[in-house]
Amino acid sequence: MPNLKTRPDGLRESPMKQVLAKADAERATGDVFAAARGRLPGVGLVAQIRARAFDVYKRAGLPHRRMEDWKYTDLRALIGEVLPLAPRPDAEALVRAKVSAKQVAADQAVKLVLVNGIFAPELSDIGRVENGVVVRSLREVLEDSATGAMAGLVLSTTSDSAISLNAAMATDGLVITVNDGNAVKRPIQIVHVATGSSVSTYTRSYLQLGKEAHAAIVESFVPAEGASGYQANDAMIALVGDEASLSYIRVAAAASDAVNISSAIIAVGARAKLDLFSMTCSGSISRYQGFITLTGEGTKLSANGVNLVRDKLHADTTIVVDHAVPHCTSREKFRAVIDDCGRSVFQGRIVVRPAARKTDATLTSRALLLSDQAEADNKPELEILADDVVCSHGATSGALDDTLLFYLRARGLSEKDAQMLLIKAFIGEAIEGITSENLRDFVTVETERWLQARR
Amino acid sequence: MALLEIRDLHVGVENRGIIRGVHLNVNAGELHAIMGPNGSGKSTLSHVIAGKPGYEITGGQVLFRGENLLRMEPNERAAKGVFLAFQYPVDIPGVTTTNFLRAALNAQRKARGQQEFSTPEFLKRVREVAGSLNIPQDMLKRGVNVGFSGGEKKRNEILQMALFEPSLCLLDEIDSGLDIDALRTVASGINALRSPERAMIVITHYRRLLDHIVPDIVHVMSRGRIRKSGGKELALELEACGYAQFEDAA
Amino acid sequence: MVAVQETIERVRRIDVDQYRYGFETLIESDKAPKGLSEDTVRFISAKKSEPAWMLQWRLEAYRRWLTMTEPTWARVDYPKIDFQDLYYYAAPKPKKTVTSLDEIDPEILKTYEKLGIPLREVAMLEGVEPKVGEEDPARRKIAVDAVFDSVSVATTFKAELKKAGVIFMPISEAIREHPELVQKHLGSVVPTSDNFYATLNSAVFSDGSFVYVPPGVRCPMELSTYFRINERNTGQFERTLIIADKGSYVSYLEGCTAPQRDENQLHAAVVELVALDDAEIKYSTVQNWYPGNSEGKGGIYNFVTKRGDCRGAHSKISWTQVETGSAITWKYPSCILRGDNSRGEFYSIAISNGFQQVDSGTKMIHLGKNTSSRIISKGIAAGRSQNTYRGLVTAHRKATGTRNFTACDSLLIGDKCGAHTVPYIEAKNSSATFEHEATTSKISENVLFYCIQRGLSQEEAVGLVVNGFVKQVLQKLPMEFAVEAQKLISISLDGSVG
Repeated sequence: MPNLKTRPDGLRESPMKQVLAKADAERATGDVFAAARGRLPGVGLVAQIRARAFDVYKRAGLPHRRMEDWKYTDLRALIGEVLPLAPRPDAEALVRAKVSAKQVAADQAVKLVLVNGIFAPELSDIGRVENGVVVRSLREVLEDSATGAMAGLVLSTTSDSAISLNAAMATDGLVITVNDGNAVKRPIQIVHVATGSSVSTYTRSYLQLGKEAHAAIVESFVPAEGASGYQANDAMIALVGDEASLSYIRVAAAASDAVNISSAIIAVGARAKLDLFSMTCSGSISRYQGFITLTGEGTKLSANGVNLVRDKLHADTTIVVDHAVPHCTSREKFRAVIDDCGRSVFQGRIVVRPAARKTDATLTSRALLLSDQAEADNKPELEILADDVVCSHGATSGALDDTLLFYLRARGLSEKDAQMLLIKAFIGEAIEGITSENLRDFVTVETERWLQARR
Repeated sequence: MALLEIRDLHVGVENRGIIRGVHLNVNAGELHAIMGPNGSGKSTLSHVIAGKPGYEITGGQVLFRGENLLRMEPNERAAKGVFLAFQYPVDIPGVTTTNFLRAALNAQRKARGQQEFSTPEFLKRVREVAGSLNIPQDMLKRGVNVGFSGGEKKRNEILQMALFEPSLCLLDEIDSGLDIDALRTVASGINALRSPERAMIVITHYRRLLDHIVPDIVHVMSRGRIRKSGGKELALELEACGYAQFEDAA
Repeated sequence: MVAVQETIERVRRIDVDQYRYGFETLIESDKAPKGLSEDTVRFISAKKSEPAWMLQWRLEAYRRWLTMTEPTWARVDYPKIDFQDLYYYAAPKPKKTVTSLDEIDPEILKTYEKLGIPLREVAMLEGVEPKVGEEDPARRKIAVDAVFDSVSVATTFKAELKKAGVIFMPISEAIREHPELVQKHLGSVVPTSDNFYATLNSAVFSDGSFVYVPPGVRCPMELSTYFRINERNTGQFERTLIIADKGSYVSYLEGCTAPQRDENQLHAAVVELVALDDAEIKYSTVQNWYPGNSEGKGGIYNFVTKRGDCRGAHSKISWTQVETGSAITWKYPSCILRGDNSRGEFYSIAISNGFQQVDSGTKMIHLGKNTSSRIISKGIAAGRSQNTYRGLVTAHRKATGTRNFTACDSLLIGDKCGAHTVPYIEAKNSSATFEHEATTSKISENVLFYCIQRGLSQEEAVGLVVNGFVKQVLQKLPMEFAVEAQKLISISLDGSVG
């Protein structure tokens, strides 16, 4: 019988691969948790929740490709080891962090800075926080016995083991509440600065947006000069009240050998508006996963994003939109630009539960491959359990259109400029969904920065 | 006995009254025009006669040749000879116009206890009717209304009307979305189908259509009721004075 | 729409539980002892008088199978199968060696008659020529290799095929008569280690069809297999191998039915297609195995591995399937586009009603340069069924200039069912151009009202719209199958309209 020696992926009647031995990394994680325990804020109930979350993580292990949601991002294989918890930033680290935080500051935003997983009030605009908005650090909330009951909410998990690990290990973050009916004028920007090397950080933030409240949140991840080989694991839990409106922009940059895993769990009330945008533009391994549940009728969701990938970056964006109730609309636009040996993964699942009649959901995902070594994996998914719905998705991948390129060159543009123009237009399709002009400009500047480096 | 008799009809949608006490008698051979502003209930009236789901009949009667129409399924009404030309005809991908026409015509004939048409008989009839309406053969081979222009869709409605030979035609805003040439073609198709056995109810917002299809009786409808009825000159009066005067009469 | 009317009429006459093909043939059968062991494998091989290499091949597969676990990634749910509680071989007891149809047990012939599969061959074999004008000359001839339970009972039209040089015979015969061809190609597309069910099949397959079309030959007729599961507690494990040599063409039709039974029956077939340079294989399936009753009891578990290898340059493999039956369908007819400029196609209609579960789709694996593929999938879910499209499109690093177009549309009838779309799209080079689109919706109320206003009943209107929805795929089927498939679609949706 002829034997196929090298069998390409997918040849077998199974999307899965053979069982992988539990990586050493996981054993190391056990040690890291044991070692870190004493430094993690919160006792009593909080400590119990952490221990339980860690148990859940330990049973499932580091996410790997036999877990359907992590099929394309096998952390067991990609992360050699889970690094020890980062130490508290020292004065020198804070100085470096200040420079980086300034570079990514959004116009007029109220900055809240986390350095190596620890809130740094001295770098933050605490004094500029508007009336009707309460900002506390996660550490403060978890250590405050009066807010103990809130701990369960703030430390929420899902079946995802990366999120459980985060709940077990979170050192700090921000707990933001916006009162009912309050329209926050200036964007609130959470800036995560990595200053360490060969360490891991675990941050977790919580946002509660009251009924009829309006707010814009920007979350930026940035490495400080000299930071390298770190692993960041962040989680955001957000509750959006009825008739509230939230813009949530996330921009993730990381050192070229660093790992960034960010998760967002968002529940949205009735007749609310949620406008999400996520951008990943550097690092070694990046995973952004958003789980958005529409829990109130008549809500409109826009969830867009871009992966800008070069060098050896592996950037995974996974978005699950769960329509749990009738009469909601969701629109998702995702774009990936992949250069060099980069790999972009996009998974977008739309779930329509049996009760969610009159759901209107669409998703488009497009990948642009600029190099022969580039790779794009796309997995849009529809899971529809109600019949009176209109749902669709579309996905494309390919190179820049030669005809268009030629047209522009015939009009006098250089090849680079022509490419640049087409790439900008391609990314623009996702960016134009951001409702605030100010934030749209902020994101556009960030994408320009990535594009300029192409020259 | 009138062909169609509507007695004190009340219709609502989600507890909101749309038709609030309509009386109307239509005899065979007559052409009635119902005019009125948007939201007056005139399109709803045609939907209710044809049996479109989603309306709540809160009172009154609709008799067709003395039979209670409201108790019949929409397809039974079609077989009895009620035809509704839709304001927005739907498209049905993958189903050719010819197949659709044959399925519908034979379903009606069967319901009436008539012999179904054989394929050659049917094709012969369709070609004749299509020819008389200047409908090209290739339109019959395309999916029902798929990729049809506004004019083509309306001509397709008239084609069906000619083919099914109904005794009551409800024409819901048949003029909407048509330019003057398309309007003329559609109107001449309708005029050709007028006969002493057949009644028509033309629903329109504009007098323009009535220059081409001359009505015997004009009704003005506003806020769920027929406010005034008269001869074709009523349409001219409306154009001069607008609908406002009838609002006041409420 | 005459066919639709006819179908609706028929549907009215039968109730949901009345599966048209649910009868059982009372014949003696020759079974292997219950359960699975090396002895079972040896028993089957001995029954077939197989050469030693074949037994070795089976035993290797069996030993491999012992180390494997059942796949769980598909969106299907069923109680664990006890593989020791099945019969792995059942053959009707032959009176003597069968050489023509008239020697076959009349009970079996009657069964096929009830199934309505082409039996014109019976007359031809008996030397009764059709009278002039009696047979529509436009109707193509179909050669039938009928599989009754696990054994191919008769192969017709052999002579005419032989003249063209086409080999069409039960695979058990081919193993004896054409060992060089079988040995070279068997397992070359679906290796014995491929997956749990394919490996099981490799160990215990009892029969199936074998086709070889020599270079440059256009097979003069459609080839067809009609599968039927008859025996209680019988797993049916066919193995089909089709080889289209350089520049040849063959069209193959597969139809399946099974009697109605309360217990679940397992069907785990393997189909391998090999297309060499410039060859084309068209493989069509109409599957209406018993889907279980209205409470979800009984029905076939259809766990099938079908894969085609476009091994040669400019070769083409096209899969067309109409899946209306089985309690559970787990099936991904795929194409390995190995030869440069080769092309793969997948056209599918999958209908689920009652408690059926379908997880089906395809894989288009682009390995060669300038390869192209096209996927058109139409899923219709009704009742309490779950209907999943799962598909992989991948272009490897060196597969430059590849293209894929995929369109997956799902239609939901009723609010107790589910329709799911799970595509995996992997581009590993920049010159691969992939387009994928999917929609899920229900039949528009406006469209239904429009049809009903024109005189159609609710059921007729649904039938009409559904047939329009699947038309693009129906057109890909050979004429004889298309008519049958259209009827099946309406029957399958019986009782789905409230």
